[in-house]
Amino acid sequence: MSSVIQVQGLTKKFGHQFTAVNDLSFSVNQGDVYGFLGQNGAGKSTTIRMLLSLIEPTAGHIEIFGLPLATNRSAIMKKVGAVIEKPAMYEYLTAYQNLKIFSALSGVSKTRLQLLHELDVVGLAARANDLVRTFSQGMKQRLAIAMAMVNDPELILLDEPTNGLDPQGIADIRNLILNLSREQGKTVLVSSHLLSEIEQVATRLIIIDKGCKLVEGDSKDLFDTSKTVVEINTLHNEQALQKLLQTSWSDQILVDRCNSKQVIMQLDEKQLPSLHQNLVELGIGVLSVKPMHSLEDYFLQITSTQKYV
Amino acid sequence: MFSLVQVELYKIFKRPRTYIAFGAVAALIGIIQFGLKIDGKSYLDFMLNDLSSSLEIDGKILNGYLVCYVMLQLLLVHVPLLIALIAADMISGEANMGTLRLLLIKPYSRTTLLLAKFIAAIIYTLMLLVWLAILALFGSMLLFGTDDMFLLKTSYVVLLKESDVFWRYIGAFGFAALAMTTVAALGFFLSVFAENSIGPIVATMSVIVFFTILSTLNIPIFNLIKPYLFTTHMIGWKEFFDIKVNASNEAIIGSIQNPEKIIKASLVLVAHTIGFFVATLLVFRKKDILS
Repeated sequence: MSSVIQVQGLTKKFGHQFTAVNDLSFSVNQGDVYGFLGQNGAGKSTTIRMLLSLIEPTAGHIEIFGLPLATNRSAIMKKVGAVIEKPAMYEYLTAYQNLKIFSALSGVSKTRLQLLHELDVVGLAARANDLVRTFSQGMKQRLAIAMAMVNDPELILLDEPTNGLDPQGIADIRNLILNLSREQGKTVLVSSHLLSEIEQVATRLIIIDKGCKLVEGDSKDLFDTSKTVVEINTLHNEQALQKLLQTSWSDQILVDRCNSKQVIMQLDEKQLPSLHQNLVELGIGVLSVKPMHSLEDYFLQITSTQKYV
Repeated sequence: MFSLVQVELYKIFKRPRTYIAFGAVAALIGIIQFGLKIDGKSYLDFMLNDLSSSLEIDGKILNGYLVCYVMLQLLLVHVPLLIALIAADMISGEANMGTLRLLLIKPYSRTTLLLAKFIAAIIYTLMLLVWLAILALFGSMLLFGTDDMFLLKTSYVVLLKESDVFWRYIGAFGFAALAMTTVAALGFFLSVFAENSIGPIVATMSVIVFFTILSTLNIPIFNLIKPYLFTTHMIGWKEFFDIKVNASNEAIIGSIQNPEKIIKASLVLVAHTIGFFVATLLVFRKKDILS
């Protein structure tokens, strides 16, 4: 399966103090619904903005459709649609006028009937001539999706598309994503801070925290209920990780970079005793081995560590 | 590029804010014309107070040409605010609405997008000046008629033949277009730094007020920088109404007293406009869009 997005060593620093994205690498395959998961402030939006060339990376390389983004931006953007965080549009214009503008900006010539049909797809045909400022958050979100689809993109980036939506709106977005992927063969990258949301739509996913990749893989493997996620705390986690990577356990290591505080593995519960034994044999000073039952438990643990003032 | 400019103009002219400027110009001109129509004689008596004993003036002094000149003197000081309302909002307004990021993920380079926005801002500026010209010049010609133009300068009087005035207005409005384009470019430049419109609009006006004060202050130390301030040259349109005289002190029809001054002022304004735009481009191309 060909790779639609290929990211290598992506880093973004704001000033000298803050690193929003740290040496991030991942790839999105054609036809994937790729879940981009992380708590608020994890670096999801910054990464998506770099994929859209809204933010210049400090380091790293991005290829989309096999072309370097830095030198082929215009050609790439013809085939990309995006909704970035809260829906943005011209509130003093009607839904139809907004769609017309973005159709023109995308270099697509569409008739009034075609545009009205696109509004109908997102359930806004009846409100086509109403000013956007009179719309609810959910209606704006649906219009934003229609605007992102107006150029019939091959790749769609949705940054927190369900923010501020009611349960019905969330279900609508979920169905839309599934439809785009299964019926229309689009590649979708969707970010969220809710694992349950991603779990229902993603074929592959990545979890990032503090700009670093924690986990990347196929959803069916990561959400495999027969497997247990294990957090191993050692005296020297970096060394432990290096040693484990050289053994047959390497395929079961989830966290591979950045987070050197713990080693996270996903394995069959029956394998735990032999893991214990191997850790001792490798000379790794084990402080604790903590089974967390599922990826969700692990993700909840990451998100629960965020402190609010 | 053409479709981008079209979209930008569509957005500008769909905003109610745009029509504030056109409405304000119409209201101000209407009020001045009304006042002069009703009580123009008192205004002239006040203006000619010192000269009435030494000069005998025949004809219709308060004609459309003089009324337009009076209005231009007043309005061209305030029009920059109306231009800043739109130009200083071109980027910051989009950033505030969040639509800037949507524009920048379309298949155009930042340079193309910025150029389209700048062209749209200039077209708006020119349309405002055309509106001003229609109301102030043609409206006054219609209301007050035309005759020779009598101008009272600081230390002398200028009398322009009726047939020698209209082309001067074309030149003056053309020059005003250059000056107002510079104002638009300044607003546009300041717009790139902000994520709301108010800041750049206020900043644009503050820069103009500050520079205008420096331009008009008669303190020797400021004379060094005056030639480099664009505000010093914004009043260059008045030069079109200074006529040359021959050795017998007779006016030479179709002449301008100091055309070099107009050329120099025009060059300074164009240089500022280009400078502001290039600076905007340099900042904008590297700007991370976080809004």
